[in-house]
Amino acid sequence: MSTFASTARAAKSSGSSAAPARADSGTRRRGLLRWLFVAPALAYMALFFGYPLIRNIVMSFQHYTPKTYFTGEAPFNGLDNWRAVFADELFAGSLWHTALFTLGSLLGQFTIGLALAVFFSRRFRLSGFVRAILLLPWLVPMVVSAVVWRRILDQDHGMLNSALHALGLTEGGVPWLNSPGVALLSAILVNIWIGIPFNMVILYGGLQEIPRELYEAASLDGASPWRTFRSVTLPMLRPVITVVLVLGFMSTVKILDLILALTSGGPADSTQTLGTVTYQLSFLQLDFGQGAVVGNVLILISAVFAVLYLRANRADFGKGN
Amino acid sequence: MHSRAERRLLPAMAVGLVVATVAPSLTGCAAAPAPDTVTVLNSATDTAEHSANQKFFDRCAGPLGLKVEQISVPADQVASKALRMASSKSLTDILELDGSELPQFAGTEGLRPLKDVGVDTSGFSGSATSLGSYDGTQYGIARSVNSLALIYNTKLLKEAGVEPPTTWAELKSAAKRMTHGSTYGMAFSASPNADGVYQFLPFFWSGGGDEAKLDNGKGEAALQLWKDLVSDGSASKSVVSWNQQDVNDQFVAGRAAMMINGPWQVPVLSAQKKVDWAVARIPVPEAGQDAIPPIGGTVMAVPKNEDSTREKNAGKILNCLNTRKNQLQWGESVNNVPTRAAAARAYAEQNPKLAAFADLVTTARSRTAEVGTRWPVVGDALAGAFQSVLTGRTSPEQALHRAQQQASTGK
Repeated sequence: MSTFASTARAAKSSGSSAAPARADSGTRRRGLLRWLFVAPALAYMALFFGYPLIRNIVMSFQHYTPKTYFTGEAPFNGLDNWRAVFADELFAGSLWHTALFTLGSLLGQFTIGLALAVFFSRRFRLSGFVRAILLLPWLVPMVVSAVVWRRILDQDHGMLNSALHALGLTEGGVPWLNSPGVALLSAILVNIWIGIPFNMVILYGGLQEIPRELYEAASLDGASPWRTFRSVTLPMLRPVITVVLVLGFMSTVKILDLILALTSGGPADSTQTLGTVTYQLSFLQLDFGQGAVVGNVLILISAVFAVLYLRANRADFGKGN
Repeated sequence: MHSRAERRLLPAMAVGLVVATVAPSLTGCAAAPAPDTVTVLNSATDTAEHSANQKFFDRCAGPLGLKVEQISVPADQVASKALRMASSKSLTDILELDGSELPQFAGTEGLRPLKDVGVDTSGFSGSATSLGSYDGTQYGIARSVNSLALIYNTKLLKEAGVEPPTTWAELKSAAKRMTHGSTYGMAFSASPNADGVYQFLPFFWSGGGDEAKLDNGKGEAALQLWKDLVSDGSASKSVVSWNQQDVNDQFVAGRAAMMINGPWQVPVLSAQKKVDWAVARIPVPEAGQDAIPPIGGTVMAVPKNEDSTREKNAGKILNCLNTRKNQLQWGESVNNVPTRAAAARAYAEQNPKLAAFADLVTTARSRTAEVGTRWPVVGDALAGAFQSVLTGRTSPEQALHRAQQQASTGK
């Protein structure tokens, strides 16, 4: 039957239409076809990115409580949620902690990751094996590492304080997780430990891409190792560095699980971040409107960095041409 | 140039792709359960707990010609899972929530008063009734409840020649006497979450503190007691990061002579041989006063359903789960105290070691009785208060003053 239909249609179209009209309908159809192929991607983006994003923004202007889930009613309350969140001291504190946490984590992860990547890019015996071992922190679930670190950082019986004591460095033990002045630093240190493998792997991959000849040329010109690193390695690695930093930023700024398992935001709110505050507002106090406000601030911060990343990338492409 | 077959195939492929992308998001709704099945949302994710629950459900559902199906998610996800189910009109017939979360749900008017579905709520202890009530109406029924008590290491107390302390002054001196080497006299949880708040309440309430008016001038004494225990060195500075599990670990490791904890630790305590333990009431400010510990545990509620038969079936199951015999057996299987006064008495007689818990439950108080849906905010403010006092940031007066501001603004 289908054979019959298609032959009939083919016969009809070839017999009746003039050539220009045919070409016209052909391009239109091809245009439509193109859109049909783009459509799945667009539909996916709209459903899984566009919708939640818009929903979250709308939610931040609504009185959105458990009742909403039963009745479907979420009355608009103007800027009430925004005012309440911005008036809360906790929000300003968490913004500051998030900034410190992100900056500290990225700095530590990147510097150590890069150093290790450069170190492992000279081949030596067992380098593959040691590199595999260094990947471990990445493979362990975040909550598990947090629980282990809680033990290591215990003030009285933790391994770290015992080691410091044995070395004669501390007397009473450092209150890693018990003092508001130290807890954020401890969280940063743990997050650096978690982030090193990711940085190392990506940067190591980037280093392998740099042509050997450049190093040979540099050594023929008598460049010192430091000069070679600065004038060959770093510029060649730039696109990879941008990717590592931007991805690292995105995953660090929204930190939640590590903090919850390590300190629950304490002591005395000294490790509250935007992630823990939005969790607390939405899922413990069940005030989804205010939770959405903090969520939106997080999205905005990430968006700013995403734009910076895109611009930086465009500049790179420009140079390449 | 494309062949003819290709040309016809391409649009079909594109349409197929679109359908494949969109379809899964449209067919997410589950089919309605069979009419003779009663569904339950609870937090029994642990295999043993799940099957123990199923045993009691089956025992009750069988004679009624019904079946019970449990949907279990981790405890801290029950509320958000229930809300998601409510928005898609697929909420289970029975909803088992933590008692402190009940007001939030009852306040939505999405729950049926238990009286309306024929659940008999007479003969329960007053504290259990208040745990399941919101605005004077009972929406939730607790099979068993827990509370907090002082659990002590009998050997260490005997060695130090110390009796289990009954007052705050005795607690401080006993804790100090038993602190030496790597052993602290006392351990408690002051973590900035539900665990720490739960442990702070018996001291706060026994001293005259009021969660509806945190700065009434009487809550400071409890903060000062905690602060003294830590600054004396009788309790570890780590209490600000210990949850109740950590506290139990310290006790079992012999690093704390006394601890505040609940009956859910009994299986762990009984399974170890290293530490001999006993249970006493939580010390009070002055001799002769009654300790006022918090009451905790889950309550079962019946969400409103268009099909009233389903609500009635749920009611029948709840009635059966809460007979004196079933409550007693359930209480023993989970080491919690039954809520029927008669069953609680029988429980205390059969479990002399846990009798202190059974007594406490009669004077215990519900966290949400006074402040209802505002409890999460108030609890958070209290956590902020003891955390800032224990870390030396503020004085007890300032801390409670600030906590009251925090609890009353915007909510």
